[in-house]
Amino acid sequence: MIEINAQSIAFAILAVLTLGGGLGVVLNRNLFRGAIWLMVSLFGVAGIFVLLSAPFLAAVQVLVYIGAIAILITFAVMLTRSMTNLGERFVRRTAGIVVAVLLFFFILLGTILPVWGVDGTRYDDVSAPAENVATTRELGVALVDGNQFVLPFEVASLLLTAAMIGAIVIAREDEE
Amino acid sequence: MEVSIASYIMLSAVLFILGAMGVLLRRNAILVFMSVELMLNAANLALVAFARHWGQTDGHLFVFFVITVAAAEVAVGLALIVAIFRTKKSINIDDLHELQG
Repeated sequence: MIEINAQSIAFAILAVLTLGGGLGVVLNRNLFRGAIWLMVSLFGVAGIFVLLSAPFLAAVQVLVYIGAIAILITFAVMLTRSMTNLGERFVRRTAGIVVAVLLFFFILLGTILPVWGVDGTRYDDVSAPAENVATTRELGVALVDGNQFVLPFEVASLLLTAAMIGAIVIAREDEE
Repeated sequence: MEVSIASYIMLSAVLFILGAMGVLLRRNAILVFMSVELMLNAANLALVAFARHWGQTDGHLFVFFVITVAAAEVAVGLALIVAIFRTKKSINIDDLHELQG
Protein backbone atom coordinates (compact mmCIF):
# COMPACT_ATOMS: atom_id res chain seq x y z
CA MET A 1 0.00 0.00 0.00
CA ILE A 2 1.03 3.62 -0.43
CA GLU A 3 1.82 5.07 2.98
CA ILE A 4 1.40 8.76 3.73
CA ASN A 5 4.75 10.52 3.74
CA ALA A 6 6.40 13.53 2.16
CA GLN A 7 7.13 11.69 -1.08
CA SER A 8 3.64 10.31 -1.61
CA ILE A 9 2.10 13.72 -0.82
CA ALA A 10 4.43 15.36 -3.34
CA PHE A 11 3.56 12.65 -5.87
CA ALA A 12 -0.16 13.22 -5.34
CA ILE A 13 0.15 16.99 -5.78
CA LEU A 14 2.32 16.65 -8.91
CA ALA A 15 0.03 13.98 -10.36
CA VAL A 16 -2.96 16.28 -9.88
CA LEU A 17 -1.02 19.12 -11.57
CA THR A 18 -0.02 16.88 -14.49
CA LEU A 19 -3.42 15.31 -15.11
CA GLY A 20 -5.33 18.51 -14.39
CA GLY A 21 -3.18 20.36 -16.92
CA GLY A 22 -3.76 17.56 -19.42
CA LEU A 23 -7.51 17.72 -18.88
CA GLY A 24 -7.33 21.50 -19.30
CA VAL A 25 -5.60 21.06 -22.67
CA VAL A 26 -8.08 18.49 -23.95
CA LEU A 27 -11.31 20.08 -22.67
CA ASN A 28 -10.98 23.87 -22.91
CA ARG A 29 -12.47 26.09 -25.60
CA ASN A 30 -9.82 28.81 -25.56
CA LEU A 31 -6.49 28.02 -27.22
CA PHE A 32 -4.54 30.47 -25.09
CA ARG A 33 -5.84 28.90 -21.88
CA GLY A 34 -4.95 25.53 -23.41
CA ALA A 35 -1.34 26.69 -23.76
CA ILE A 36 -1.30 27.80 -20.11
CA TRP A 37 -2.74 24.44 -19.00
CA LEU A 38 -0.06 22.72 -21.06
CA MET A 39 2.59 24.64 -19.08
CA VAL A 40 0.96 23.48 -15.82
CA SER A 41 1.06 19.88 -17.01
CA LEU A 42 4.69 20.13 -18.16
CA PHE A 43 5.64 21.66 -14.82
CA GLY A 44 4.02 18.73 -13.01
CA VAL A 45 6.03 16.31 -15.14
CA ALA A 46 9.22 18.24 -14.27
CA GLY A 47 8.39 17.85 -10.57
CA ILE A 48 7.89 14.12 -11.03
CA PHE A 49 11.31 13.93 -12.71
CA VAL A 50 12.74 15.42 -9.49
CA LEU A 51 10.89 12.76 -7.45
CA LEU A 52 12.44 10.11 -9.70
CA SER A 53 15.96 11.46 -8.95
CA ALA A 54 16.49 13.00 -12.40
CA PRO A 55 17.16 16.67 -11.52
CA PHE A 56 19.01 17.36 -14.78
CA LEU A 57 16.07 16.18 -16.87
CA ALA A 58 13.73 18.26 -14.69
CA ALA A 59 15.83 21.34 -15.46
CA VAL A 60 15.87 20.48 -19.18
CA GLN A 61 12.11 19.94 -19.05
CA VAL A 62 11.53 23.39 -17.56
CA LEU A 63 14.02 25.09 -19.90
CA VAL A 64 13.10 23.40 -23.18
CA TYR A 65 9.44 22.49 -22.73
CA ILE A 66 8.13 25.40 -20.68
CA GLY A 67 10.75 27.94 -21.75
CA ALA A 68 10.81 27.19 -25.47
CA ILE A 69 8.06 24.85 -26.68
CA ALA A 70 5.19 26.32 -24.64
CA ILE A 71 6.29 29.84 -25.60
CA LEU A 72 6.43 28.83 -29.29
CA ILE A 73 2.93 27.40 -29.01
CA THR A 74 1.76 30.64 -27.39
CA PHE A 75 3.25 32.56 -30.34
CA ALA A 76 1.47 30.29 -32.81
CA VAL A 77 -1.82 30.79 -30.93
CA MET A 78 -1.38 34.56 -31.17
CA LEU A 79 -0.41 34.43 -34.86
CA THR A 80 -3.60 32.49 -35.63
CA ARG A 81 -5.68 34.99 -33.69
CA SER A 82 -9.07 34.39 -35.27
CA MET A 83 -8.97 30.71 -34.28
CA THR A 84 -8.27 31.33 -30.58
CA ASN A 85 -11.85 30.99 -29.38
CA LEU A 86 -13.32 27.76 -30.63
CA GLY A 87 -17.04 27.63 -31.22
CA GLU A 88 -17.00 23.90 -31.42
CA ARG A 89 -15.06 21.82 -28.96
CA PHE A 90 -14.90 18.31 -30.41
CA VAL A 91 -15.06 16.60 -33.77
CA ARG A 92 -18.49 15.50 -34.85
CA ARG A 93 -17.44 12.16 -36.36
CA THR A 94 -18.81 9.37 -34.18
CA ALA A 95 -16.08 7.00 -35.39
CA GLY A 96 -13.36 9.13 -33.81
CA ILE A 97 -15.23 9.36 -30.53
CA VAL A 98 -15.86 5.61 -30.42
CA VAL A 99 -12.18 4.88 -31.17
CA ALA A 100 -11.07 7.35 -28.46
CA VAL A 101 -13.32 5.85 -25.79
CA LEU A 102 -12.27 2.31 -26.72
CA LEU A 103 -8.61 3.34 -26.57
CA PHE A 104 -9.24 4.93 -23.18
CA PHE A 105 -10.62 1.74 -21.65
CA PHE A 106 -8.08 -0.46 -23.44
CA ILE A 107 -5.05 1.37 -22.07
CA LEU A 108 -6.67 1.87 -18.67
CA LEU A 109 -7.36 -1.85 -18.33
CA GLY A 110 -3.95 -2.70 -19.75
CA THR A 111 -2.23 -0.71 -17.00
CA ILE A 112 -4.58 -1.31 -14.08
CA LEU A 113 -4.97 -5.08 -14.46
CA PRO A 114 -1.24 -5.90 -14.21
CA VAL A 115 -0.96 -3.67 -11.14
CA TRP A 116 -4.02 -4.76 -9.16
CA GLY A 117 -4.35 -8.16 -10.75
CA VAL A 118 -7.50 -9.93 -11.87
CA ASP A 119 -8.11 -11.76 -8.59
CA GLY A 120 -7.21 -8.95 -6.20
CA THR A 121 -3.50 -9.80 -6.00
CA ARG A 122 -1.19 -6.83 -6.38
CA TYR A 123 1.96 -7.22 -8.44
CA ASP A 124 3.51 -3.81 -7.93
CA ASP A 125 6.05 -4.92 -5.30
CA VAL A 126 7.55 -7.89 -7.13
CA SER A 127 10.96 -6.22 -7.31
CA ALA A 128 12.33 -3.32 -5.32
CA PRO A 129 13.86 -0.38 -7.22
CA ALA A 130 17.61 -0.39 -7.74
CA GLU A 131 19.78 0.97 -4.93
CA ASN A 132 22.11 2.99 -7.15
CA VAL A 133 20.72 6.11 -8.79
CA ALA A 134 21.77 7.28 -12.25
CA THR A 135 23.63 10.56 -11.77
CA THR A 136 23.91 13.61 -14.00
CA ARG A 137 27.66 12.92 -14.22
CA GLU A 138 27.03 9.49 -15.78
CA LEU A 139 24.56 11.11 -18.18
CA GLY A 140 27.14 13.68 -19.30
CA VAL A 141 29.86 11.06 -19.73
CA ALA A 142 27.53 8.84 -21.78
CA LEU A 143 26.79 11.74 -24.14
CA VAL A 144 30.46 12.36 -25.04
CA ASP A 145 31.88 8.84 -24.70
CA GLY A 146 32.89 7.45 -28.10
CA ASN A 147 31.52 4.02 -27.21
CA GLN A 148 28.11 5.23 -26.11
CA PHE A 149 25.92 8.07 -27.33
CA VAL A 150 28.22 10.54 -29.05
CA LEU A 151 26.85 9.79 -32.55
CA PRO A 152 23.16 10.33 -31.63
CA PHE A 153 24.26 13.48 -29.83
CA GLU A 154 25.90 14.87 -33.00
CA VAL A 155 22.94 13.80 -35.14
CA ALA A 156 20.64 15.61 -32.69
CA SER A 157 22.61 18.84 -33.17
CA LEU A 158 22.37 18.42 -36.94
CA LEU A 159 18.63 17.78 -36.63
CA LEU A 160 18.16 20.96 -34.58
CA THR A 161 20.04 23.04 -37.17
CA ALA A 162 18.00 21.52 -40.00
CA ALA A 163 14.75 22.11 -38.12
CA MET A 164 15.68 25.74 -37.44
CA ILE A 165 16.49 26.43 -41.11
CA GLY A 166 13.39 24.54 -42.21
CA ALA A 167 11.14 26.51 -39.86
CA ILE A 168 12.54 29.81 -41.19
CA VAL A 169 12.05 28.72 -44.82
CA ILE A 170 8.49 27.51 -44.24
CA ALA A 171 7.27 30.45 -42.17
CA ARG A 172 8.91 33.22 -44.24
CA GLU A 173 6.66 35.48 -46.32
CA ASP A 174 7.20 35.22 -50.07
CA GLU A 175 9.06 38.30 -51.27
CA GLU A 176 7.98 38.62 -54.88
CA MET B 1 11.46 4.79 -2.83
CA GLU B 2 8.07 4.74 -1.16
CA VAL B 3 5.90 5.56 -4.16
CA SER B 4 6.06 2.38 -6.25
CA ILE B 5 6.93 2.38 -9.94
CA ALA B 6 3.41 1.18 -10.70
CA SER B 7 2.00 4.56 -9.62
CA TYR B 8 4.32 6.37 -12.01
CA ILE B 9 3.47 4.04 -14.88
CA MET B 10 -0.26 4.48 -14.27
CA LEU B 11 0.14 8.26 -14.18
CA SER B 12 2.04 8.00 -17.44
CA ALA B 13 -0.66 5.81 -19.00
CA VAL B 14 -3.48 8.15 -17.99
CA LEU B 15 -1.55 11.16 -19.33
CA PHE B 16 -0.96 9.29 -22.60
CA ILE B 17 -4.67 8.50 -22.89
CA LEU B 18 -5.50 12.18 -22.32
CA GLY B 19 -3.12 13.14 -25.13
CA ALA B 20 -4.52 10.47 -27.45
CA MET B 21 -8.08 11.63 -26.74
CA GLY B 22 -7.01 15.18 -27.56
CA VAL B 23 -5.51 14.10 -30.89
CA LEU B 24 -8.60 12.08 -31.81
CA LEU B 25 -11.30 14.44 -30.58
CA ARG B 26 -10.15 18.03 -31.12
CA ARG B 27 -10.42 19.85 -34.44
CA ASN B 28 -7.86 22.61 -33.99
CA ALA B 29 -4.36 21.85 -35.30
CA ILE B 30 -2.58 23.67 -32.45
CA LEU B 31 -4.60 21.75 -29.85
CA VAL B 32 -3.76 18.49 -31.61
CA PHE B 33 -0.15 19.61 -31.37
CA MET B 34 -0.38 20.25 -27.64
CA SER B 35 -1.96 16.81 -27.18
CA VAL B 36 0.99 15.26 -29.02
CA GLU B 37 3.27 17.02 -26.53
CA LEU B 38 1.25 15.48 -23.69
CA MET B 39 1.75 12.02 -25.20
CA LEU B 40 5.50 12.62 -25.57
CA ASN B 41 5.63 13.69 -21.93
CA ALA B 42 3.79 10.55 -20.86
CA ALA B 43 6.38 8.44 -22.68
CA ASN B 44 9.20 10.44 -21.05
CA LEU B 45 7.62 9.87 -17.66
CA ALA B 46 7.54 6.10 -18.20
CA LEU B 47 11.16 6.10 -19.44
CA VAL B 48 12.43 8.02 -16.40
CA ALA B 49 10.38 5.81 -14.04
CA PHE B 50 11.93 2.66 -15.49
CA ALA B 51 15.40 4.24 -15.50
CA ARG B 52 14.99 4.95 -11.78
CA HIS B 53 13.69 1.44 -11.20
CA TRP B 54 16.70 -0.25 -12.80
CA GLY B 55 19.24 2.40 -11.80
CA GLN B 56 20.40 2.90 -15.41
CA THR B 57 21.18 6.04 -17.42
CA ASP B 58 19.78 4.73 -20.73
CA GLY B 59 16.23 5.88 -20.00
CA HIS B 60 17.49 9.36 -19.12
CA LEU B 61 19.41 9.54 -22.41
CA PHE B 62 16.34 8.53 -24.38
CA VAL B 63 14.34 11.25 -22.65
CA PHE B 64 17.09 13.73 -23.48
CA PHE B 65 16.88 12.85 -27.19
CA VAL B 66 13.07 12.80 -27.14
CA ILE B 67 13.07 16.36 -25.77
CA THR B 68 15.54 17.42 -28.50
CA VAL B 69 13.46 15.90 -31.28
CA ALA B 70 10.27 17.35 -29.78
CA ALA B 71 11.82 20.83 -29.86
CA ALA B 72 12.72 20.40 -33.56
CA GLU B 73 9.26 18.98 -34.31
CA VAL B 74 7.50 21.89 -32.61
CA ALA B 75 9.57 24.49 -34.50
CA VAL B 76 8.78 22.97 -37.92
CA GLY B 77 5.20 22.03 -37.06
CA LEU B 78 4.21 25.44 -35.80
CA ALA B 79 5.85 27.08 -38.83
CA LEU B 80 3.71 24.80 -41.02
CA ILE B 81 0.56 25.67 -39.05
CA VAL B 82 1.23 29.41 -39.37
CA ALA B 83 1.93 29.02 -43.11
CA ILE B 84 -1.30 27.03 -43.58
CA PHE B 85 -3.22 29.67 -41.62
CA ARG B 86 -1.87 32.40 -43.90
CA THR B 87 -3.09 30.69 -47.07
CA LYS B 88 -6.33 29.07 -45.86
CA LYS B 89 -7.35 31.41 -42.98
CA SER B 90 -8.16 28.31 -40.96
CA ILE B 91 -6.32 25.66 -38.96
CA ASN B 92 -9.27 23.35 -38.49
CA ILE B 93 -7.99 19.92 -39.44
CA ASP B 94 -11.34 19.16 -41.08
CA ASP B 95 -10.85 22.06 -43.50
CA LEU B 96 -7.51 20.75 -44.75
CA HIS B 97 -8.40 18.17 -47.37
CA GLU B 98 -6.49 19.19 -50.48
CA LEU B 99 -4.61 15.90 -50.69
CA GLN B 100 -7.75 13.78 -50.97
CA GLY B 101 -7.47 13.76 -54.78
